[in-house]
Amino acid sequence: MTDAPLVQVTGLRRVFDVSKPWLDRVVAREPRQTLKAVDGVSFEIRRGETFALVGESGSGKSTVARMVVGLLPPSAGEVVIDGVSMTDRKDAARRARLRRRIQMIFQDPYASLDPRWRVGDIVAEPIRAFNLARDRREVEHRVGEGLKLVGLDPADARKFPHEFSGGQRQRIAIARALAAESDFIVCDEPTSALDVSVQAQILNLMRDLQDRLGLTYLLISHNLAVVRHMATTIGVMYLGRLVEVSPARDVFAAPRHPYTRMLLDAVPDLAMSGRPRTPVQGEIPNPIAPPSGCTFHPRCGLADERCRREAPATIEGVACHAVAEGRAGAARPARAAGG
Amino acid sequence: MTPEPATTPTAAARASAWARLRDSDILASFLASKVTMVSAFVTVVMLAGAAFAPWIAPTNPFDPASVDLLNSLLPPRWVEGGDPQFLLGTDNQGRDLWSAILYGMRVSLIVGVCGVAIAATLGISLGLLAGYLGGRLDAFIMRVADIQLTFPAILIALVIDGVVRALFKGVAREHTAFGVLVVSIGLSFWVQYARTIRGSTLVEKNKDYVQAARLIGIPAPLIMLRHVLPNVIGPVLVILTINLALAIITEATLSFLGVGLPPTQPSLGTLIRIGNDFLFSGEWWIVAFPGITLAAFVLAVNMVGDWLRDALNPKLR
Repeated sequence: MTDAPLVQVTGLRRVFDVSKPWLDRVVAREPRQTLKAVDGVSFEIRRGETFALVGESGSGKSTVARMVVGLLPPSAGEVVIDGVSMTDRKDAARRARLRRRIQMIFQDPYASLDPRWRVGDIVAEPIRAFNLARDRREVEHRVGEGLKLVGLDPADARKFPHEFSGGQRQRIAIARALAAESDFIVCDEPTSALDVSVQAQILNLMRDLQDRLGLTYLLISHNLAVVRHMATTIGVMYLGRLVEVSPARDVFAAPRHPYTRMLLDAVPDLAMSGRPRTPVQGEIPNPIAPPSGCTFHPRCGLADERCRREAPATIEGVACHAVAEGRAGAARPARAAGG
Repeated sequence: MTPEPATTPTAAARASAWARLRDSDILASFLASKVTMVSAFVTVVMLAGAAFAPWIAPTNPFDPASVDLLNSLLPPRWVEGGDPQFLLGTDNQGRDLWSAILYGMRVSLIVGVCGVAIAATLGISLGLLAGYLGGRLDAFIMRVADIQLTFPAILIALVIDGVVRALFKGVAREHTAFGVLVVSIGLSFWVQYARTIRGSTLVEKNKDYVQAARLIGIPAPLIMLRHVLPNVIGPVLVILTINLALAIITEATLSFLGVGLPPTQPSLGTLIRIGNDFLFSGEWWIVAFPGITLAAFVLAVNMVGDWLRDALNPKLR
């Protein structure tokens, strides 16, 4: 193992065309409309760590995840995993080999398992796709091992997904993701569709597997309690941009970007410590017509003329004029997520 | 929970196809539904009757030598004036109606099944391609479908018939009629399949299980066949059974117009049409018996198709 990061994302950008159909546009004399879902996102993930992307709905977290695994081609920028570019045409052959090592766990375990397939076939699909077993018996053996690994019975392989609960289905999805011996798993809101009582089980299973198999996670979540439980590094996204990247401990102990502070202040406190809880101010703006300059300025208490005019550069992991100019004050400790 | 024997690799390999059928839920759901069992029984009896017509039927209605015009328009045996030789009476050419129904069933079924098979194959593949690949191909296929809908089956059949006649001048119509009919029915019915399949495909292709398959590099044709198709095929099974009935009726219409099968090879539809001419003069049996046969067959097939749709859906088991 080397010290080089496993995943390097540079200047990732994705623009969606949300224009009306051609004829409507010509009749109404409207220009094309585009939506910058992701704009200039860069980060690195080291081996064995859990990088969490947090942000409100519509901040572009899931779009980043889909581009990282290669389900969605980026409009610009590059994703390099273990030295192989996921976006460069020349690396096609190496990318095909790399594909086995990258897997994704989806948000909705009711949609991510083919309802017509038996669990055994679902888990075996990556094994068969990458020719990892010599014959049927070996495939069945590995499927059984995989199901045991996530705490299910090998006999469950004969059942259909609808015979399982949400938490069990997510376990099946994890077993499938690990079936091809992948070491980089992108988890897109892996617990947000589950009952609270089951969420912790799944998260603990994911951590346990990370320790045993040396997995690297890219965790997408809007739930700060989940992120606190899992993440080693946190990237905070706002309207398609990464506004803060810091080690998880620092984010919860001393959030720097005003948006991060706002998110943390809004977290309900289970301990009922009487800490004043500030609800999140305003809503995320329309990404089709984002605000000028720093896109957070309409919601930011520290915004001044410069913030409205120019977009901030990322300095030491924070993209904020106020922080760069020292106007934000000392990074104040925030009591964080009640998890 | 202890692992069942069948899940261990060796036992699974040994388990025969019959054992798997016996253990499956499909058989259980079949035995649980009386309507389905009766419908399946009716379907099988009629299929058998059609298949073994030459051995069951007392006469061969296609053979002019066995037909006597003097026996024409005789009522069924139990009606006054009926001849014991003709169980269900005779038609206007003196053909035994019982034999004609058996043979006609055969003709109708072959035309219907072949026509629907062409329509379904064409419609399902085009719908799947249009829905899954989208973009210009989708727009093109669906516009062709729209245009197709403006042509009635009869017009298509007339055009194809004309083309075939011009191309194969020397060949007798008896030999080309079948092909013309089947292709015409296939071309007129595919749109319904394509639209149904495309609609469901658009929903299914964005589901995460399809994304998960894409992620591990499964090629698009395989994803369409293994993941999307099984999830969108359900409604098509029902359309298939309904279309089989429609195809049989279309065949009758086309035969009536002279582009279908020649009157020397009567299908059920042809018999009903012939009977229709005599309905007002009191010869009700010519239209009644083929009509009842057709209706019963269509109903039975629909019931079986309905059950099949539910039985093949693992969620409803």
